[in-house]
Amino acid sequence: MRDAGTIARKDLRRRLRDRTAFLVGVVLPFGLAWIFGLTLGDVESEGFDATYAVVNRDEDGQLPDRFTALLEGLDFVTLREVTTVADAEVLADDGTIDAAVVFPVGFTQRVEAGEGGSLLVISSPDAQIAALVAESLATSFASDLDAAGLSVATVAASGAAVDADLVARAQAVAPGALIRSEDADDRATSQATFFAIGMAVFFLFFSVEFGVRGLLEEREEGTLPRLLVAPIAPSSVIAGKALASFALGLVSTVLLTVATTWLLGAEWGDPLGVSLLVLAGVLAAVGVTALVATLATTTAQAGAYVSIVAVVGGLLGGTFFPISQAGFLGTIRFLSPQGWLMEGFQELGFGGSLGDIVGPLVGVLAIALVTGAIAWTRSTRMVAR
Amino acid sequence: MDPTNVLECVGLRKTFGDRVAVDDVSFTIAGGETYGLLGPNGAGKTTTISMVCGLLARDAGTVTVNGRTLDTGTVEVKAAIGFVPQEIAIYPDLTARENLRFFGTLYDLSGRELDARIDRILESIGLTDRSNERTDAFSGGMKRRLNIGLGMVNDPTLLVLDEPTVGVDPQSRNAILDSVETLAQEGMAVLYTTHYMEEAERLCDRVGILDDGGLKAEGAQRELISLVGERDRLHVGTQGNIAAAAAAAAGVAGVEDAVGVDGGIDVIARDVRASLAEIVRAVDETGAGITSMEVHEPNLEAVFLHLTGKALRDAG
Repeated sequence: MRDAGTIARKDLRRRLRDRTAFLVGVVLPFGLAWIFGLTLGDVESEGFDATYAVVNRDEDGQLPDRFTALLEGLDFVTLREVTTVADAEVLADDGTIDAAVVFPVGFTQRVEAGEGGSLLVISSPDAQIAALVAESLATSFASDLDAAGLSVATVAASGAAVDADLVARAQAVAPGALIRSEDADDRATSQATFFAIGMAVFFLFFSVEFGVRGLLEEREEGTLPRLLVAPIAPSSVIAGKALASFALGLVSTVLLTVATTWLLGAEWGDPLGVSLLVLAGVLAAVGVTALVATLATTTAQAGAYVSIVAVVGGLLGGTFFPISQAGFLGTIRFLSPQGWLMEGFQELGFGGSLGDIVGPLVGVLAIALVTGAIAWTRSTRMVAR
Repeated sequence: MDPTNVLECVGLRKTFGDRVAVDDVSFTIAGGETYGLLGPNGAGKTTTISMVCGLLARDAGTVTVNGRTLDTGTVEVKAAIGFVPQEIAIYPDLTARENLRFFGTLYDLSGRELDARIDRILESIGLTDRSNERTDAFSGGMKRRLNIGLGMVNDPTLLVLDEPTVGVDPQSRNAILDSVETLAQEGMAVLYTTHYMEEAERLCDRVGILDDGGLKAEGAQRELISLVGERDRLHVGTQGNIAAAAAAAAGVAGVEDAVGVDGGIDVIARDVRASLAEIVRAVDETGAGITSMEVHEPNLEAVFLHLTGKALRDAG
């Protein structure tokens, strides 16, 4: 272990000299979290208002009332009474309302029976941003129900499909922020939290990558044979690389957590829970990136492979855009450690306790264990010929 | 095992798939001795020393360092080995001192002992003034010298150098060869691989001729040369009676033949240097004035050619 520590210290010294690790691990995620927070914060906080309608065809159900109450709690929303879908389409088409959310007949009953259901958002072609926010609200509401098979469909009153990019932008508004916020300041805090979490999780996989590809780097620099001739176990070399990766990931995530809390007002939640998730997350990031790196033959190739895995996993896990808990994406997001981490951190960020993150914690650790074990075996083969 | 031997290799064999890279290679190196593995590129030199250093698992054979068997998983025995790989193996973003300190720490060195060792090595490789500079700012020769210095950081009893002068300018090459000579004089056992015949001739007490993975012959240079029946040739330039001078030289003990040639005589002997004084006296007594002398000793190039049927430089 002492030899592994010596190797890890050497690697960390090199990484600190190469400022890229600091830029990728801390500066870039912090900067992006700040920019995202500013950009999307403006949507809500600088004079934005919208007129919505709720078409309640689920008259016996409670869910339309809950959604209406949610809208009433948002100070930028004006509600109009509309009773039929046809009326909603007319009002959206002429711009009287920006969007209408239609609850179909029997919606509450089907959701409670676990049969799923679909909300329809009718949007005005003249108020795309407000329509997007409406869809986000509906999506967030559906996500919050935590029921299987829920979906939200959007149609423009004019019949034209809503621009996919704009939908994505609207979905980037954190569901918790929109549903749970009561005033503009709270919303800003929630957004800062979401983007701080998202960027920390996303860039974690890049910051640990500097360590795991170290084995390939030693081989390319010709220093691996010199290390292996030294009186140390070959496993110490691998452990040293893993240790350096772990330290890089841990330091960058902790710095990011502290910086976003102090400077962006992010609320990460229960410190113990956050600490456990950070530790598990860094382990998983080391395991996944190390495994990917063992598939490569050069550092450049390893960098490319890790980038692919980090970006795909980040998008799948909802680090940039919230993923609905319902539906196919909501299920497969848990294939990525980023999905589990986002779930856990968001639980904590929006008031959850240690008990709420047991699932995410176990999920992340399981991924860490499996990928780490395979990576260790493959790395051992790399150094023992 | 002979207690004077630092390294004993017996029956080393390594295959890569169907290709036999090294087959039944055996040799020993005593303390203070420099052993050269001479062979063209692809002869099996690097594979052999990789097995010697425990970098590569053997298919057969044994490697013993200071009486203890070495395998790829062995840890303690490796502490006695200093390794200088063919490629420059240093960290470019660390200083020379940091490179030495890191590898020294892996050999359980620390504190003043390590500092003193580092200072001594930097002095011996002429990098004291540049010790705190990052090595990516070094010239190729400086990097090569540091590469060798790193192999000495553990004060090894066996130093293994894999073609350390490849791509080095003549000045740096001389400095490297001087260093190796000094280390051997200090009692270190040195295993030196090269495909430069003149390096082997200068440095090595004994040489192993390696070709196509097999050790074709090994021994002291003289032994190798006599093994292949090569003889020394002495050309003596004379002004007088060439025939008489040739006859006088032929009568000297150790001289196998002496013939008159244009402007002098050619003397063939097993060891012309041993007979040189007698030959000069004999020729001088005939009254033939000696104007010049030139000794042509058979070299390892000739041995290699004889053993493998190809010139060393062309064989790679």
